[in-house]
Amino acid sequence: MSLDRRTFLTTATASAAVLPLLKFLPANAQDGDTLVVVTGQTINSLDLHRTGTNRASYQVAVNCYDRLVRFGTKVLPSGDVSFDYSVLEPELAESWEVSDDGLTLTFKLNPNARFWDGSKVTAEDVKWSFDRAVSVGGFPSVQMRAGGMSRPDQFTAVDEETFTVTLDQPSKLALPDMAVPVPFVINSAVALANATEADPWAMEYLHQNPAGSGAFRVARWDQGQQLVYERNDEWTGGPLPAVQRVILREVPSQATRRALIERGDVQMSFDIPNRDASELAESLTVHSTPIANCIHCVALNTSFEPFRDPDVRKAVAYAVPYEAIFQAAAYGRGAPLWGGPEEISDIAWPRPFPYATDLDMAREHMARSGFADGFEVPLSISLGLADWMEPTALLLQEALGEIGIQATIDRIPGANWRTSALVEKSLPLHLENFGGWLDTPDYYFFWAYVEGNLFNSSNYRNEEIESLVEATLHMPMDHPDYTGNVQRMFAIAVEDLPRIPLYQPALNVAMNGADGYQFWFHRQLDARSLTRQSA
Amino acid sequence: MSDRLGVRPKMSLLTRFRSDAGPGNLKRTLTAISLRIAQTLPVLIGVVLISFVLTRALPGDPAAYFAGVLADEASIAETRERLGLDRSVFEQFLLYAGDLLRGDLGISLNTGQPVLTDLAERLPASLELTLTALIISCLIAVPLGVWAAVRQGSWVDHLCRVLVTAGVSLPTFFTGILLIYIFYYVLGWAPSPLGRLDFIYLSPPHVTGFYLIDSLIAGDTETFFAAARQLALPAITLALFTLAPIARMTRAAMLSALSSDYIRTARAAGLTPRTVRYRYALGNALLPVVTTLGMVFSFVLGANVLVEKVFAWPGIGSYAVEALVASDYAAVQGFVLAMAVLFVLLNLVIDLSYALIDPRIGFGAK
Repeated sequence: MSLDRRTFLTTATASAAVLPLLKFLPANAQDGDTLVVVTGQTINSLDLHRTGTNRASYQVAVNCYDRLVRFGTKVLPSGDVSFDYSVLEPELAESWEVSDDGLTLTFKLNPNARFWDGSKVTAEDVKWSFDRAVSVGGFPSVQMRAGGMSRPDQFTAVDEETFTVTLDQPSKLALPDMAVPVPFVINSAVALANATEADPWAMEYLHQNPAGSGAFRVARWDQGQQLVYERNDEWTGGPLPAVQRVILREVPSQATRRALIERGDVQMSFDIPNRDASELAESLTVHSTPIANCIHCVALNTSFEPFRDPDVRKAVAYAVPYEAIFQAAAYGRGAPLWGGPEEISDIAWPRPFPYATDLDMAREHMARSGFADGFEVPLSISLGLADWMEPTALLLQEALGEIGIQATIDRIPGANWRTSALVEKSLPLHLENFGGWLDTPDYYFFWAYVEGNLFNSSNYRNEEIESLVEATLHMPMDHPDYTGNVQRMFAIAVEDLPRIPLYQPALNVAMNGADGYQFWFHRQLDARSLTRQSA
Repeated sequence: MSDRLGVRPKMSLLTRFRSDAGPGNLKRTLTAISLRIAQTLPVLIGVVLISFVLTRALPGDPAAYFAGVLADEASIAETRERLGLDRSVFEQFLLYAGDLLRGDLGISLNTGQPVLTDLAERLPASLELTLTALIISCLIAVPLGVWAAVRQGSWVDHLCRVLVTAGVSLPTFFTGILLIYIFYYVLGWAPSPLGRLDFIYLSPPHVTGFYLIDSLIAGDTETFFAAARQLALPAITLALFTLAPIARMTRAAMLSALSSDYIRTARAAGLTPRTVRYRYALGNALLPVVTTLGMVFSFVLGANVLVEKVFAWPGIGSYAVEALVASDYAAVQGFVLAMAVLFVLLNLVIDLSYALIDPRIGFGAK
């Protein structure tokens, strides 16, 4: 019996059809064709569009589904490979063109693209998937709106292989927004067969049963434990992945993950803490990539009286112990965002603000302000983000004490953080970590500096910023006004300081026996480029 | 006469039960059990009510949480409506109670699965770990406690004290990481601490949800040993923690039993020390030990979340914590209710075992 199974195992290809019958994965699973990745996060859905799907689950959309286009890649000065926002590559679309008025985007689909069940990927599937993304509400619909897509009537399947998107106004964000994980293409025939009247978008079915055309399919998903990706050998969306199978195990404890990667029993540990990254860098390959368009900052709520005073805000900016925070909270991983030049000559973002720790300057500004005697304020942090917020808050508290601001640290549970910091915007002094998927400065300003928008937790309002962002958000980056507008936004942000940048955080990944890691803006595992390193 | 002196008739536990369970007795016991279960209904209703009110009273807005990273006001309102949170609390409760009566615990937003399915997957994992730990713990703690009581003040007694102090004073996550460091990282004896099974094994066909039992049912000894190896370190971690109360309680109960009148009588009657110790003293000392065991079990089942995290064990503790962090109402309520039902059953079993251990405690009388 046991002998039979052995022979069976060595001969059987571990296709998804056979896999559920196996008691073991093939004995040679460890050599060459399988990668084991550990992560501390849990995947809670295989469908990004579902209400309640968490960030970690976005990787399923990336690895198992295709989009029309994707971003290219580039090699950073550090030698790490990162996505390249300025380049778009074909995935399901073979080619695309934008009409002269910028309102119509026409995509020609790759005629060879096939879903996992062998059926052809048609424009109808693309339309159904886009309709779904704008109709289900919640995060997917908001992200689609960022690219100017909000209604199903904007999408047309002209013929089997031609798909068009009609915009209400030309926008430079429309095409890049098709390369984010949200507008992934679903096998609509399979989905519709499992839809019900109450559930027209087959949310319940696709939650557990992906139906796509992507590079990997899900061979097995044990919620809260593991996800097994199995390569789709018929994939046409790009170069075929080098590994046959990627096993993603969820291990909540950092210490356990570290022991596993150090021992080499797993080949990759995704999103490791900064401290582990700096210690493991000596013995393993550690990739630390600054996260594009993401800033860890101190936010000063301008509806709270002392922070209405510009001198108080400047005093805080000069009091922050930047270097100490960068070392204690980030272990020097990422990019510093202080001590930059006064003059704004480029549109690089995130950029160092021209402030540095200078307690004399801070005291001078405090003395000039209407709060020369200091004041008391709670400094709020999220317990869910305590790994960087806790040390940052302690250092900040100490430094603010030097200039007469008595801060008491207020730790808010993770579930409550979003509500009080972002939705109600009721925290006077707090830490914030917004990062934008679409990598342009004006996109960051739209979310974090425009009044009423979610990440403007400072309740900041500046008339000029409002009109600048409105004018610039959809403007092409080669427009003659673009650079000037963005630089003006920078100047206002530097002067007004509703948010004081601390540093640009890094995403850390440790590898031991694997290669081919690429950093992506969505900060999740893209398994398609991974290779097994021969030991 | 002998009864008044405290020396009970020599009977094994089984014969004691059988003599008690004549046809009339059996019927009486069954009636008593059903009465007991009926009595727990108000408790359960109270638990349902309290868990409902408490989850609503918690800070945190599930609509804001589940609307996702870029949610604006409109999409939060949309999400709230979809989750049924725009209705009045009273209306929500009626809906929830109605679903409960149909045996529907609702859908967990976090996992997207029915809460019942989640519990059915995770509860066996926790139970398997906890029960194994308690068995290990009892196998060590009870003999140790007995020995320490018999040889009071000897090195065994001191060893017992040291073990007990170490057991309670070392937090479980620390012991867990220490054991991983020694047995996995340095010595390489233990398998990768990757949860219930290493990734090269697939879980056995689901019958009970206990991997050890399921793999045996499937006749797959290889998976059985793989599961046992994975189970060893977390179970030992938890056993070390639960050792203390059991050993202390055994020792104390044994000491008071050994100094009681009936033991003196038994000794005077010329019974061998062995019979006196193990049949009469231990038999009587078991009662408080079983009580402690029940308390330890119920405490550990909910509280072993740290061990679950360290060993990536997909248990019920980490499920509840994740649900709580996300304000996942249905999941939290389901967890509380499942625990309440479990404790009710546990207490019933403990009461039954009292009647087995000591025939003077009639179950029907309760």
